[in-house]
Amino acid sequence: MPRLTIDDLIRIKEKHKADFTLREGGYRAKVTVHMGTCGIAAGARNVMTALMDEITNAGITDVIVTTSGCAGLCAREPLATVEIMHQPPVKYGDLNEEKIRAIFREHIMGGNPVEKFALVVGSETTY
Amino acid sequence: MEKIRANLMLCAGTGCVASASMKVNEALRKELKKRGLEEEIKIVLTGCNGYCAEGPVMAVYPDEIFYQKLTVEDIPALVEEHFLKGRPYEKLMFKEPEKKTAIPRMKDIPFFKHQVLRVLRNKGLIDPEKIEEYIARDGYMAAAKALTQMTPEEIIKTVKDSGLRGRGGAGFPTGMKWEFASKVKSDIKYMLCNGDEGDPGAFMDRSVMEADPHSVIEGMIIGARAIGANHGFIYVRAEYPLAVKRLQLGIDQATEAGLLGKNILDTGFDFQLEIYLGAGAFVCGEETALMRSIEGKRGMPRPRPPFPAHKGLWDKPSVLNNVETLAQIAPIILNGSDWYRSLGTEKSSGTKVFALTGAISNVGLVEVPMGISLRTIIYDIGGGPTKGRKFKAVQLGGPSGGCIPESLLDIPVTYEDIMATGAIVGSGGMVVMDDKTCMVGTARFFLDFTADESCGKCVPCRVGTRILLDILTDITEGKGRESDLETLEDLSRDVLASSLCGLGQTAPNPVLTTLKYFRDEYESHIKQKWCKAGVCRNLTTFWIDEKLCKACGACLRACPSKAIVGEKKVPHKIIQELCVHCRSCYDACKFNSIKILPAGFEGDPYELLGAGTVDATKAEKKGDA
Repeated sequence: MPRLTIDDLIRIKEKHKADFTLREGGYRAKVTVHMGTCGIAAGARNVMTALMDEITNAGITDVIVTTSGCAGLCAREPLATVEIMHQPPVKYGDLNEEKIRAIFREHIMGGNPVEKFALVVGSETTY
Repeated sequence: MEKIRANLMLCAGTGCVASASMKVNEALRKELKKRGLEEEIKIVLTGCNGYCAEGPVMAVYPDEIFYQKLTVEDIPALVEEHFLKGRPYEKLMFKEPEKKTAIPRMKDIPFFKHQVLRVLRNKGLIDPEKIEEYIARDGYMAAAKALTQMTPEEIIKTVKDSGLRGRGGAGFPTGMKWEFASKVKSDIKYMLCNGDEGDPGAFMDRSVMEADPHSVIEGMIIGARAIGANHGFIYVRAEYPLAVKRLQLGIDQATEAGLLGKNILDTGFDFQLEIYLGAGAFVCGEETALMRSIEGKRGMPRPRPPFPAHKGLWDKPSVLNNVETLAQIAPIILNGSDWYRSLGTEKSSGTKVFALTGAISNVGLVEVPMGISLRTIIYDIGGGPTKGRKFKAVQLGGPSGGCIPESLLDIPVTYEDIMATGAIVGSGGMVVMDDKTCMVGTARFFLDFTADESCGKCVPCRVGTRILLDILTDITEGKGRESDLETLEDLSRDVLASSLCGLGQTAPNPVLTTLKYFRDEYESHIKQKWCKAGVCRNLTTFWIDEKLCKACGACLRACPSKAIVGEKKVPHKIIQELCVHCRSCYDACKFNSIKILPAGFEGDPYELLGAGTVDATKAEKKGDA
């Protein structure tokens, strides 16, 4: 490591922000991909990979991705819930890679829920 | 950069490493790889999380789920359930002792809920071996502020105003110590750190050095700047290998990054830091002895004054601060003295770390605001005494401290209030004792320690502790005389008043406090030859109350000397000639039917025990019905 200046200290802090957003909280949005047996069978893994790919490419640190079990609506899997802080959560169904990428761009980044993929708005929050 | 969706904070403190967390780490890595999760889930090895008794422990973020007692066998199921399918794995969660319901989130578990983390601010949140992770949590920002925006006088004023007092035990105001040394003119000064933690049952400083070495280094840089020192030593005992390794790594990283060495952060300030390994002598925790030890001489104290602020290491002005004190410095500089004072009391501000051990449900490391009651620490955080046992005393301050009885548990934990009981806050060892503990034996244990660790330089300590130990040994062996109690008290006061250093000046505290609060135990040892806790072998007769005995055979199986006879449905009996007084039967009995009587007792046990017969009649009635 080269000699550091005070600006370097701040830069290092920024660089590690994604990890510490996970550990300390303070994220702007949380996406839960439902990964029950039904979800995995319907392709939830590919949906999650596509979502993480989008986040990586966008270079943002304030959106976290988690998984949870079966949401109870197995026929509409893969399901994902998008929670933007202080807004009602939105559950999306029948997802695939293209749909989750569109949701990422329009809802998570743009702030507008993608109504045509949404199943329900405003169930319980998890944060 | 791949997106990481979860951080697994696996504890790699000494406690968890001992309970095989490295094997768990290996299994986790293997399993994550097998499931194709290794690029999105990151394992971070942290320092001591504090909940050592339940180790190996791991916190999962962002879910904040806390797992304990991990085993290699559980890993495949854990990875599949939680990390693949997103269902937190209940089997490994903390469970409330009585209700058996799992508490998934770390912040809801009582042990963590009542704590306020300042010294342990990075506990379980960073990898102590990576300086970047420390920097990511505002690390070295306080040093940067102190070096670029503050004069030494301003640093000292902030620390003085914060009310921070030395966490090593004596509680001397840190800011004042710094001020004395800063005012002395000298070409060379030393900034020193005392990591010679030696109290039995204390592990606060070790945990800080292991979990967050940079917090100590940063505190030292700020202190060095304040007093005008360009050289420093961290004195650590060699029996803390992991702490030494991580401190050295921290020093190397900080030096490479220009945070130690010449021209720190381009401010023109130089500070060189080295580790000095101690050989583990208790007396070397005393400041003048510690400095002699660094000089390469035999670690023995010398009279003060002159105080180290004037003549310390190699006769140069020196400041010695404890590990925990130094770890408090960076947040004080960043957040100001008012922030620090927002917790604690007027005279004892801020937080204190305690190592909670002994007969308590939750053994571990806790940080609490000063002024909190002992009862809150022991019952709310510690979960009370071990299941089924009764609280007897809590020992504070190690060999320099004392035993505090149940009746005083509501006093606030401040330097003054604890001192008034005869104990001391000390460095923070807190050993809980239950009804199976003999208080005379406890005093003897500590005197055995101090007599052994006395350096021998001054007579009151060298000879005094030895005589105290001999008298206590006599009492526990049944050779006590009634005049012993007075001798113990007189001699204790003499040793206390006339010893050269802190070791001798506090060594009698365990004797004085047990005499004050548990005098009846001394008296029953001497007069009745009766150790009611059943610890002193010569002072017991084990006897089975036939009215309570269920003839289950548990004691019979536990007895190593085949001294118990009996069969199914026939109450058991102890053959006194064969009994070796090991107490195994007493510990094995689930029905409280084994009683401890005085040595060589031949009278009527029911008459002696009184209360025991009440149980007996109840049992009898039950049997009739």
